[in-house]
Amino acid sequence: MYDFAYHRPKSLSEAVGLLKGKDEARPMSGGMTLIPTLKQRLARPSDVVDLGGVKELAGIKVEGNNVVIGGMTRHAEVATSADVKNAIPALAYLAGHIGDPQVRNRGTMGGSVANNDPAADYPAAVVALNATVTTNTGKHAADSFFKGLFETALGEGELITSISFPKAEKAAYIKFPNPASRYAMVGVFVAKTASGVRVAVTGAGPCVFRVKAMEDALSKNFSSAAIKDIKIPADGLNSDIHGSAEYRAHLVGVMARRAVDAANK
Amino acid sequence: MTISVAMTVNGKSVSGKVEARTLLVQFLREHLGMTGTHVGCDTSQCGACVVHVDGKSIKSCTMLAVQAEGAKVTTIEGLAASADKLHPMQEAFRDNHALQCGFCTPGMVMSAIDMVKRHNYQLDEATVRRELEGNLCRCTGYHNIVKAILAAAPAMKSAGV
Amino acid sequence: MTAETGIGARVKRKEDQRFLTGTGRYVDDLPLARATYAYFLRSPHAHAKIKSIDVSAAKAMPGVVDIFTGKDIADAKVGGLICGWVVKDKHGEPHKAPPHPVMALDTVRYVGDTVAMIVANTHDEAKDAAEAIKVDYDVKPANVDLARALDKGAPEVHAAEAPGNLIYDWEIGVKADVDAAFAKAAHVTKIDIVNNRLIPNAMEPRAAAAEYDKGTGNYTLWSTSQNPHVLRLILSAFVLGIPEHKLRVIAPDVGGGFGSKIFCYNEETMVTWAASRVGRPIKWTAERSESFMTDAHGRDHVTHAELALDKDGKFLALKVETIANMGAYLSTFSTAVPTYLYATLLAGQYTTPVIYANVKAALTHTAPVDAYRGAGRPEATFVIESIVSKAAKELKMDTADLRRKNFIPKEAFPYQTPVALQYDSGNYPPIIDEAIKIADYKGFEGRRAEAKSRGKLRGIGFSSYIEACGLAPSQVIGQLGGGVGQWESAQLKFNPTGNVQILTGAHSHGQSHETTFAQLISDKLGVPFENIEVVHGDTATTPFGMGSYGSRSLAVGGSAIMKAADKIIAKGRRIAAHLMEADVADIEFENGTFKVKGTDKNVPLAQAVFAAYVPHNYPLHELEPGMDENAFYDPANFVYPAGTQICEVEIDPDTGVVEVVNHTAVDDFGNIINPMIVEGQVHGGIVQGVGQALLENAVYDKETGQLVSGSYMDYTMPRADDVPSFKLGYKVTPCPHNPLGVKGCGEAGAIAAPAAVMNAVHDALAPLGVTHVPMPATPLSVWQTIQGAQRKAAE
Repeated sequence: MYDFAYHRPKSLSEAVGLLKGKDEARPMSGGMTLIPTLKQRLARPSDVVDLGGVKELAGIKVEGNNVVIGGMTRHAEVATSADVKNAIPALAYLAGHIGDPQVRNRGTMGGSVANNDPAADYPAAVVALNATVTTNTGKHAADSFFKGLFETALGEGELITSISFPKAEKAAYIKFPNPASRYAMVGVFVAKTASGVRVAVTGAGPCVFRVKAMEDALSKNFSSAAIKDIKIPADGLNSDIHGSAEYRAHLVGVMARRAVDAANK
Repeated sequence: MTISVAMTVNGKSVSGKVEARTLLVQFLREHLGMTGTHVGCDTSQCGACVVHVDGKSIKSCTMLAVQAEGAKVTTIEGLAASADKLHPMQEAFRDNHALQCGFCTPGMVMSAIDMVKRHNYQLDEATVRRELEGNLCRCTGYHNIVKAILAAAPAMKSAGV
Repeated sequence: MTAETGIGARVKRKEDQRFLTGTGRYVDDLPLARATYAYFLRSPHAHAKIKSIDVSAAKAMPGVVDIFTGKDIADAKVGGLICGWVVKDKHGEPHKAPPHPVMALDTVRYVGDTVAMIVANTHDEAKDAAEAIKVDYDVKPANVDLARALDKGAPEVHAAEAPGNLIYDWEIGVKADVDAAFAKAAHVTKIDIVNNRLIPNAMEPRAAAAEYDKGTGNYTLWSTSQNPHVLRLILSAFVLGIPEHKLRVIAPDVGGGFGSKIFCYNEETMVTWAASRVGRPIKWTAERSESFMTDAHGRDHVTHAELALDKDGKFLALKVETIANMGAYLSTFSTAVPTYLYATLLAGQYTTPVIYANVKAALTHTAPVDAYRGAGRPEATFVIESIVSKAAKELKMDTADLRRKNFIPKEAFPYQTPVALQYDSGNYPPIIDEAIKIADYKGFEGRRAEAKSRGKLRGIGFSSYIEACGLAPSQVIGQLGGGVGQWESAQLKFNPTGNVQILTGAHSHGQSHETTFAQLISDKLGVPFENIEVVHGDTATTPFGMGSYGSRSLAVGGSAIMKAADKIIAKGRRIAAHLMEADVADIEFENGTFKVKGTDKNVPLAQAVFAAYVPHNYPLHELEPGMDENAFYDPANFVYPAGTQICEVEIDPDTGVVEVVNHTAVDDFGNIINPMIVEGQVHGGIVQGVGQALLENAVYDKETGQLVSGSYMDYTMPRADDVPSFKLGYKVTPCPHNPLGVKGCGEAGAIAAPAAVMNAVHDALAPLGVTHVPMPATPLSVWQTIQGAQRKAAE
């Protein structure tokens, strides 16, 4: 990798200050994507601002009807948190199936959501649960946060401080992993919350997306039978040696039905 | 950018000057000469580099040395109490022929110990196989590694480690 | 004294202590004072002319010591890499032998071809400088589709030396006889199969480090090699011209090989060559992505085969047409793999009276292809066992019964096949019977029905393999064009205090020689196991040997050790006779002690050894002092392990995911020295075979020639949750021609498994009307196959 200047701020304001002062500064939370990217010399930041020392960003709280998870909370903490398991077991399950145990010990929710890798798991949960992304500058609704391939609504020097997930009446996440990388080739998060039914798909397209037809059908009848005839168009879906767009489109249906069945258990 | 870094490795305080880009595994291998931790890939997948940082298994190829500032690091070299008193996981690997070429072994053993502890010494075959997602072995076909970990779990419990 | 550590015992491994405590020494672990680091700039194109290379800016980069390009190598008159096996085509002409430069001079021929070597004070600095080298490429069309590589108009890899990309057009068997048999056949089964391309992926990436001693003019090369002596021979005699006695090659602990570390590669050559120019040691370790691009790949065949049967299901003839991929350059043993290690195995375990095979070896703009675990034999087994299973389905016969009907009977050994080999021993029916018992074949239909109730398609598949290994009788190898002898060496060096070093020319990179070889000597000479040390991998300390590949270490290397042990006993008897004032003819050796027949007089071996080193009371007039014997063993024949694997899979028809739910292997490896170690070899082999069948595929983009599966992000390595635990069994017919009665066990698992798994997949999908699933049967490919069958059924 190319060398860079390294900073380890102790507070959010210090971190933001460091990021704003530099042209090519990059924040690093768990580093599970950034470090491999740097190793491949695909990025050349002047400065890396390590958020590992910013204590205020980590932690899990239950606030009323919401579970609020700090941006620097590691996947392993989310997966094993009694609060998360109790309030939204599907979210704990999802966190427990990201990458491998070593990745889960380092990777963070904020890092994953901010990076918006098309094959990442968390974006599906954020969208399906209609979560709110809080940053140092404001709040983003889930639907307007993910903009496209590796693109989000985050501005310069804007860091995810926490994400607030409303409790779900029913929810489940089922993923079909890429056989080689084990990233989501298709992951479907189905949730029934106070604000309705949502079906969010990750891995299949360039960015997480909702399946309106399934949401409508499930709103009337929350069962896998209700969506069995809904076909997802393959247009615009990802295609690679492990999965054609048609195959991914097909898998969205299969994973959605399995997720609904799991949510009903 | 050169930075001073200090941490505890296998119970000993160590320090050095590194470039910001120096990975923890490079610090261990090249600065400290502790070559038991291996590098088998460049995409954070093979797990040959797994060590424990503050008690948790991590991939030392995907962590900067400077990120381990002040941390307690345990590597394969730090497991055995003495040459004739290996850690129960090391013993189980030997007893069950869970290694052949030995290259993936350090990472396997470190991941396995963390796995056993996280599951409170209670594991079944399916769990062990799933938990080994981050460790690749090309020699053993995993059969004996799984056997060794299942055997080590109760041994670790009774040894209190 | 030695029962617990002798032949047949499950002795714990000597090598484990260091590997388990992080004190193994692999090449990259070497502390070399003042070392420099090499990085190779590689071609980003599959095929291009190099118009110019400008290294001036790079040379000025921080930490750069020197940079070398193809021109420097050409100017220094460094030889090219060699192919060590001359295969004669069907007209008796030697194969085409295009040059294999150590560094590309004016043309690059695959993605990863070496363009420049940068030597710097650190790895990062070398890599930084590589980015500053300016190479002007004129990109040309690439030929990466094997099926079309020999077509007219396909881009040529070496137009002048190998027109039309054809390396050889080779055949074995009498075509007219086979055609005549087909004319009489009651049934003909045909298959078209692709044996997928694989990347070996030993967990330790290839590495090399070299040092030059100006005072003596000696070079030392540490290399991740399976055969350090052969590597030195090639470098000395053909490539670098450094006299053999001035080049020491050390292969220390090596983290797996599977064939890929047999060959002589560019990087180790360059590092050695440059060490004297740089004047400091040079280290190079491949990044995994470099391993993907540049380790010799494996398999990669396109095959059409036809099997003729009579009305009762007896095989009448087999006809096979194969195109084999060589890649862009001929690697060290590449030419032999799809000929003598493949087509000569096409009889399998069967009495097929006539066989004809035609193999065309083709060049493509891809990485060189060479031996990978099994080398040719997995390809042969896949052809035979696929076509036999398909024939059973077509004839509505039980797949095991059809095999049994055609097995070579026990009485027929030694059995001469129609494709050159003479099988020395074997007894196949008890093997398949045992496998059927362990796998509960009779209960399968019940399990299939139960799976169906869960929405899963369950299938069962057989693979009855034979392999020829324990390479090999040197004269046969010579007649077939092999460039080296295939004996093995051993030296037994006793020390005055009675402990012993076994120096072997074989090399262990996971096979456990330090344990198995020590067991041989513990058993044969009664030396305590802990007093035996196995030394290997250093040309300066071990006798010249051929290294380890082709499941040869025990059958050939172990036999050499036994021969040397016989010499120790013979000498010891004479010493003991002298010490006990008895006649040599009356001296017996048993449990480590020389005894005078019929008396209780005895001399332990250790005492005889001491007497040999302190020869105060010693027959110096007729015996030399010392106890140090060496032996070279050249086998009389290959060895022929055989076995049957039975695989059971369940397929999720909604996703195409194939799960291996049961896998049984019953093998005949002859006598077994350490069952624990043998089982480990079988487990590992099976998983490489399952990997080939279901997961692994080296994919090049057909247009650009880029390696699409160039990392673990895209190349599916088998993980622990991709496979089950295995059920193993053994049958023993000792090898009749080596002193241990042993056959090889290192490759069997990988040879048999792909066909067993794929036959199970076909069996599971047969109810849907599926007759062909391409390998690997990935979820995508299985799903597409099911879709195709459903469309066809709907038509």
